[in-house]
Amino acid sequence: MLPTSPSLSDIPGVRAPDREYRIDADGVALGIHEWGDADAPPLMLAHGGFDFARTFDTFAPLLADAGWRVVSWDHRGHGDSDHAHLYSWDADLRDAAAVFDHVAGRRAVPAIGHSKGGALLIQLADAQPFRFSSVVNIDGIPSKRPIPDIAEHERTKMLVGELTGWLDHRSRTAGSQRKPGTIEELAERRGRMNPRLSPEWLRYLVTVGATETEDGWRWKLDPSMRFGGFGPWRPEWALMRLAGFGVPFYGMLVEIEEEMGWGTVPDDVRPFIPEGGRLEILPGVGHFAHIEQPAEMAGRVLEFLGDPA
Amino acid sequence: MSTQFVVHNRCRLALHTLRAGRGRALLLLHGLGERSPAAPPAFAGNWRGPVMALDFTGHGRSTMPVGGGYTAEILLADADAALARLGEATVVGRGLGAYVGLLLAGARAENVHGTILADGPGLSGGPSFPTSQPVFSLASVGSAPDPYALVELGRDLRPPDYAATFTRMAVQRSALDQPITVVARFRPAWLRAVAEEPGVAEADTITGALGGYDS
Repeated sequence: MLPTSPSLSDIPGVRAPDREYRIDADGVALGIHEWGDADAPPLMLAHGGFDFARTFDTFAPLLADAGWRVVSWDHRGHGDSDHAHLYSWDADLRDAAAVFDHVAGRRAVPAIGHSKGGALLIQLADAQPFRFSSVVNIDGIPSKRPIPDIAEHERTKMLVGELTGWLDHRSRTAGSQRKPGTIEELAERRGRMNPRLSPEWLRYLVTVGATETEDGWRWKLDPSMRFGGFGPWRPEWALMRLAGFGVPFYGMLVEIEEEMGWGTVPDDVRPFIPEGGRLEILPGVGHFAHIEQPAEMAGRVLEFLGDPA
Repeated sequence: MSTQFVVHNRCRLALHTLRAGRGRALLLLHGLGERSPAAPPAFAGNWRGPVMALDFTGHGRSTMPVGGGYTAEILLADADAALARLGEATVVGRGLGAYVGLLLAGARAENVHGTILADGPGLSGGPSFPTSQPVFSLASVGSAPDPYALVELGRDLRPPDYAATFTRMAVQRSALDQPITVVARFRPAWLRAVAEEPGVAEADTITGALGGYDS
């Protein structure tokens, strides 16, 4: 028998956003998703790369129930946001600033970022500190990548392989579409990126992160996106910004390394934690800690943030 | 001059034939805020093959993207799309086009028969280390060049060791002994790093440099 579509009731604690709409960011429409009372104090929530705001469907409601207006947005090319002509780190920062402007104007608000969303917020908080009253980072602090101990010509060969792989991908993306499939098939594919998340959750994600077309479901994520883009970006640059934070900071790294994480070494990060800031290592949990353990993670964050005000 | 279009993801790129010919193409990459010239430059007078010129994304007759997001690597993929159409080429890059030409020389060493790095707008790029202020928003003007291209590609980070890596990729894999020739008189940090690498030649003029690759 074919599995039926998962519904909201199949996943404990899952709740669709209370409000969903799109805003214009320099011609790129960004999908916004809000949980909680529209008049409550805003709490910004930034997702990771290849994720989308609805991956917070269990975590965000717990924060909203504590009295926050939780606001997340889909990065360009992700979720319900436009597929853009171009993607870059700076464009993601600009888009994030547009969302903050829309939600809070120039007021300082607390913000939580996971993975790439965490690294984005570190840079935004350094560049535009007036937007932030506190920053929570869930496994999104990059540190220097370990460089394999190999000969120079071997390293060059590896880089060439990565680079030509990326260029070959770029040459095929015109008009390309995500591969269609059943809910089960898409969930199984996503499972390779999310090996610690349950099949029920992954099937649920398909229903909110993919669209059903005539020949099956397709992830909304822009097919031109690919892991391992090439550029001069250095993960350790984020750390130098972190050291100068002037607002309360709470960073969490996970104990269990997995595919989508950055393999950050806590000892590399500790010297850069700002004065008064916290860094905790979460035992027994993987990169998607807020999906694996939403109640525990919400508890930690809410204790740090204090009462909404 | 005739123009064909090559497609790179959601952008159509104008690839101009400035002069038809037989044999290996000369591919011109313009500077930041420029567009391809309408006629072959004087330095291409003795070039036997076709003389081609690419308009980068957001420039000339190529697509104007919405909402910015430029990187030199995206322009590398622009140039790669043109190279795929031509099969192989000798590349002359001005300014920003010189930096992109270097990246192309490293990425596609087997298909690039010599790259000449010349002075021009956008040669320096940004600093070699992130700045404090990456966030800005620009009004659309509806015609090329795209203001986002001017700002984002005028401040993109070009660490010298990153440029040196591409140089080594080119030198180690090219059939030429000296696949890159620097003619630029202005030498920002990334270009000084390139010029110091073994296998990189220097020349006084583009015409002189082309003589070394015209075979």
